[in-house]
Amino acid sequence: MDNMAAKPDETILDEGIEKGAALLTDERIEKTILRVLNTEGGARIKVYVDTCVHCGLCAEACHYYLSHDNDPRFSPAGKVRQTLGEMIARKGKVDREFMKKAAEIAATQCNLCKRCAMYCPFGIDVAYLMSVVRRITHLLGMTPQYIQATAHSHSVSMNQMWVREDEWPDTLQWQEEEARSEMPKLRIPLEKEGADIMYSVIGPEPKFQAQLLYQAAILMNAAGVNWTMPATPGWDNSDMAMFTGDSELMGRIKRQHFETAARLKVKKIVMGECGHAFRSVYDTGNRWLGWKIPPIPIVHAIEFYYDLIKEGRIKIAQKYAEPVTLHDPCNVVRGGGLHEKARYVIRAICDNLIEMHPNREHNYCCCAGGGVINCGPPYKMARINGNRVKAEQLFAVKARGARTLIAPCHNCHSGLEDINHYYGLEMNVKFIGDILYQVMEKPE
Amino acid sequence: MDALYRFLSGPLAWVSFVVFIAGSLYRLLSMGFLVRRKEKFIFSVMSWKYSFRSIFHWITPFASVNMRRHPVMTITTFAFHICLFLTPIFLLAHGVLWDDAFNIHLWALPNGLADIMTLVVIAGGVFFLCRRMKLAEVRYLTTLSDYLLLIMVAAPFLTGFIAYHQWIDYRFFMTLHVLTGEIMLMAIPFTRLSHMLFAPFTRAYMGSEFGSVRHARDW
Amino acid sequence: MNTEEWDWETSEKCVAFKDWHQQFEWVEEPYVSPDGEIIAAIVNVGEGEFSICANGNIQESSFEKIWRLRFTPDGRLTALASDAGEWTVTVDGAAWENRFSYVWNPLFSDDGHSIAVSFQQDGQYGMALNDVPWEQTYMNLTDAFLSADGQHTAASVQMIAAGESEIHKFQAGTISAAVNGKAWDRNFVNVWGKAVSHDGARVAAEVRLTLYDYTIAVNGVPWEKTYSSVWEPVFNPLSGKFIAPVRQDGKWMLVEEGQLLWRKPFHQLWHPQFSPDGKNLAAIVATEFGKWSVAINGQAWNIRIGELITDMVFSPDGRKVAVVVKDNERWGIAVQDSVWKNTFDMVWKPVFSPDNTHIAAKVEKDGKYTIVMDDRIWPHTCDAAWDPVFHPEGELLLFRTIEDGVYRRRVIPIRGIWG
Ligand code: SF4
Ligand code: SF4
Repeated sequence: MDNMAAKPDETILDEGIEKGAALLTDERIEKTILRVLNTEGGARIKVYVDTCVHCGLCAEACHYYLSHDNDPRFSPAGKVRQTLGEMIARKGKVDREFMKKAAEIAATQCNLCKRCAMYCPFGIDVAYLMSVVRRITHLLGMTPQYIQATAHSHSVSMNQMWVREDEWPDTLQWQEEEARSEMPKLRIPLEKEGADIMYSVIGPEPKFQAQLLYQAAILMNAAGVNWTMPATPGWDNSDMAMFTGDSELMGRIKRQHFETAARLKVKKIVMGECGHAFRSVYDTGNRWLGWKIPPIPIVHAIEFYYDLIKEGRIKIAQKYAEPVTLHDPCNVVRGGGLHEKARYVIRAICDNLIEMHPNREHNYCCCAGGGVINCGPPYKMARINGNRVKAEQLFAVKARGARTLIAPCHNCHSGLEDINHYYGLEMNVKFIGDILYQVMEKPE
Repeated sequence: MDALYRFLSGPLAWVSFVVFIAGSLYRLLSMGFLVRRKEKFIFSVMSWKYSFRSIFHWITPFASVNMRRHPVMTITTFAFHICLFLTPIFLLAHGVLWDDAFNIHLWALPNGLADIMTLVVIAGGVFFLCRRMKLAEVRYLTTLSDYLLLIMVAAPFLTGFIAYHQWIDYRFFMTLHVLTGEIMLMAIPFTRLSHMLFAPFTRAYMGSEFGSVRHARDW
Repeated sequence: MNTEEWDWETSEKCVAFKDWHQQFEWVEEPYVSPDGEIIAAIVNVGEGEFSICANGNIQESSFEKIWRLRFTPDGRLTALASDAGEWTVTVDGAAWENRFSYVWNPLFSDDGHSIAVSFQQDGQYGMALNDVPWEQTYMNLTDAFLSADGQHTAASVQMIAAGESEIHKFQAGTISAAVNGKAWDRNFVNVWGKAVSHDGARVAAEVRLTLYDYTIAVNGVPWEKTYSSVWEPVFNPLSGKFIAPVRQDGKWMLVEEGQLLWRKPFHQLWHPQFSPDGKNLAAIVATEFGKWSVAINGQAWNIRIGELITDMVFSPDGRKVAVVVKDNERWGIAVQDSVWKNTFDMVWKPVFSPDNTHIAAKVEKDGKYTIVMDDRIWPHTCDAAWDPVFHPEGELLLFRTIEDGVYRRRVIPIRGIWG
C-alpha cells in the first residue's frame, strides 16, 4: 500500500504550493497577511483568536485528530496555532516554509466541516479560520495544484470539469434519448422558461456520471414535475473557488447560476445530491454577492425526494431489501438540517435502516469535503489516513448488519469509496437517487 | 505598607474598576462596530430564540455532547467558574467595600461557604494547570501567557485565603490580595480573559447560525 | 419591429392548440410570434422523428432532434435541428446550408434580421452569423455575443492549449476574444462579458490579467487601473466610452474607463443600463448587505427589496424605470421607487406603453397566467400567456394566451380592459 502522507511531518510536494512558494518574498507574505487580517477580515477573526482559551476541548471533534491517534497537531485549535495564530502573533512576519505548511494544513487537513464548532464551548468556528488561511494562500498564489486547476475550469467554463458549452446540451440530449428506451415519452426540457423547477447538478455528472442525469430525468418524468435545465453555462452549482479562497470567482459563478434561474423564470432550483454545492448556493456564495438568502429558493435533492414521496407523486414498487446505513453529509445536515428528511426518504424506500454512530449533526465528516478531495492524488492518502475513524465507524455499523452505505453527497460518495476500498469495508456506496430509481414505480 | 495599602484599596481600586468597565465597553463596542463595517451579514442571521437556545445549552451542565464526554472537566469548570464569579461579589468582607464605595447592600455568603468556594477556585486552578501540562492536546496549544493567566486568576484567591486565615503576615498578603485582584480585573478586557465578555456573543452567533440558517443543533 | 403594420383590427383570432395533442405523439411547450399570428411547437411525429407545427400546419422537413424553438423579433421561426449526426439552424422551415457537429446558443439582433449561433465542427469552435461561419476557428469558445445591430459577433476563445493540470501555463494567459472571428493579439487569464461601441469599431470585455487583477479590455488593450473584480461593460452612447461596475476595497462602484462615474459606492452594483436616449443611467444595486434597490444616475431609490431585483427596463422616453422585485417570497413590480400592491408567484419583464404612461406584464398566480397593467389584474386566468404588446399609439393591447386549450390572439382597447 502506498502511504504518501502517513506522518504529519512529511510535507507532500504539490506543484501548486511549491511553485507558488518559490515566487514569494517575505514582504509579499506580510503584506498579504495583513491585508486579509486587517482590511478584508472583520471581527470574527479577532474575537475567535482572543476568545480561544486553549482548552483543547475541540480536539475530539475532529476526525483528523482522532484518526491520527490524538496527535494534537491535527486538533482544530492545533491547526489554528500552526497557521493563523502564528501569523497574527508574528504580525505577518512569517517565511515561505511556514506558509507552505500553512497552505497544506488549511487546504488538506481541514474539511471545513464545522463539527468542531459544536464542541467548542464558545462555538469558535475553526472552519472559518481555516478558510481565512486559504484566502491568504490564494492571494499568495499557493493553492494546491489540482483544486487550483478546478478553479480555472470554473473561471472559463463556469463548471467544475471543463465541460464545454456544447458538451452540456449534447450530453443531456444523449441521456434523454437513452432514457426514452425506458420511458418513450420522456423529456429533459431544455431552456423551458416558466417551468416550476430548474434542476441543477455539478460538473462531474455530465462528465463521468451521466447515469445520474438519466435517473433524475426518469424521476422527474415519473413524478410529472414541470421542470427544465438550462442549456447555457450556469447549470453547474459546484464551486471550488469557494474552497480555494477565490471569493471573487465564487461570486461570479454564483451570480451566473442564480441569474440563469431568474432568466428561466423558475420558482425553485432543485439540486442533485451534492453537499458542497448546497453550501455554496445556500449559504456562502449568495451572501458574498449581497443576497442574504438565495434569491431563488434552493431545494436539495433530499428535500425534493421527501416532498415527492410525501405527496405521493412517486410510488415505491418494492423496497430495497439489503440493510442500509446513512452517512449524514456535513453540508446538508450540519449545514442544512436535512437529517430527518433523509431518514424519512430512506425508510420509505428501504426495508432496513441501521444507524451508524455518531450520526445526524454529530456524524464524522467523510474527509473528502471542503475541497480536500479536489486537491487530487497527492493528498489521497492524507484523506484516507485522516479518516481512519470513519472506517471504524463503518465497520461497527457493518457488524450490525448494514451492507449498503448511502451517501447523499458527491464528495462524501467519492471519499467514502476510497475509504471503502482502502480499509476493505466492502460496502455498496450509493446515492439515495440510485436506490430511488431502482425501487420506484416507473410509468410506461 | 499602610500607605501602599491605602493607595491600592483607594485610588487604584477606582482605577481598576474604571479600566475594567471602560475597557470592556471599548472592546465590545469596537467589535460591534467592526461587525457593522465588515460583516453586516451577521446581523441577518442573528435570532434571539436561537441565541438563547444555544446559550442555555452551554450554561447548563451536561447539556452538550462534549460536556458529557468530559464529566470531570465539566464539573470542575462549572464549579470553578461559578465560584470564581460569585465569591468576590458576595464575600462578606467585600460586602463592606461595596457598601462603602457604592452604597449598595449585598447579601453576603457565610464565611465558611466562601472559604470552601475559594478553595474550589484554587483547586480548579490546579486542575487546569495539571490539564495543561499533562494532556497533549492542551499542552500543544499552551503558551506562557496561558500559565500567567492561570496564575493571575488564582492569585487573588490564594492570597485572600491566606490573609483571611491570618496564618502568616496578614498585612502583606492582604496588600497582595488587593493588588492581584485589581490586576486581574484590569486584565479581563485585554487578555484572553476577555472570553468572559465575548462568550455570550460568540455563542449567540453560532447558535443563531446553526438555528436559523443550518437548521441544526450546536450542542 | 414595426408593430403598426400588425393586425390591430381583428379583436380575436383562435387556434385550437389542444387538438395537436391528438395528432402527434407529443407536443412540446408552444411559442408565439411577436405579432401573435402564429403559435408553434416542436412535435414528435414518430419514434426519433421531430418536426415543427405552426398554427396546425406541420413543417415538411422532419429531424432526429429539434430544440430551442424561438421566434426572432421580426417573427421568423427558428430552431436548432439535427439529422444524421449533423446540426444546423432552421428558419421558417428552411435549414441553413452550413452543417456543424453541434450548434447552440442562438442570438438575435434587436430587429431580428441577424441570427448568430456558436458552433463546434470536428472539435474546433466558432460562431456563425446568418449562415456564414467564422473563417478562423478555435480550440474552445465561451460567452458568445452578438451586437444589438446584428453586425458583430464576438466570443471568448482559447488560443493556447494547456493541460488541465498546467495551472501556471493557464495563469500566463491562454484566452482571448475573437471579434467577427479574428482574435485580439493579446491573451488573458480570462475573458468574459462583452460590449460593442455603436460604430462597431471597439469591443470591450471583462478580463482577468492575473488571478487577482480584473479590468476591462477594449480591443485587447486593458484599462490602466485594475480591480479586485469587475462586471460586464456597457457602451455609453453619449461619451463614446465604456463603463463597468468595478470592485475595490470590498465595495462596488461604477467607472468609465477607470474614472469614477458615481460618487457613492454600493455593496453590490450590476446590470447598468442607459436610457434609450443615453441621458440616464440606471443600475441594480444593494445599498448594503441584503438590501436591494435601483440607482438612477448614482442615486438609489428609497425602497429596499430583500430578495431580488431583476428585469430592469427604461420607459421609451428614458424617464421611468420598472423592475421585477422579489420580497418575502413573493414576486412583484416596482416602478419609479414604488412597489405595486399586487404580488404573484412569478412576474415577467415589464413592458412600457409607447407613450410611457402604462406598464403591463405577464404574471403567474396559482399555476395560472394573466396580465397585470398599472397594478390592476386582468380577470382572466389562462393556461399560458405571453408578454403583452402595446399598439404604437398606446390605445390598444395585444394579448396572447391559451385558455382551455385554445390559443387566443386578442386585441383589446386599454380602456375596456378593466371596465
Ligand atoms: S476538519 Fe472539521 S472538525 Fe476538523 S478542524 Fe476542520 S472543521 Fe474542525
Ligand atoms: S475548544 Fe474552543 S476555546 Fe477550546 S481550544 Fe478549541 S477553539 Fe479554543
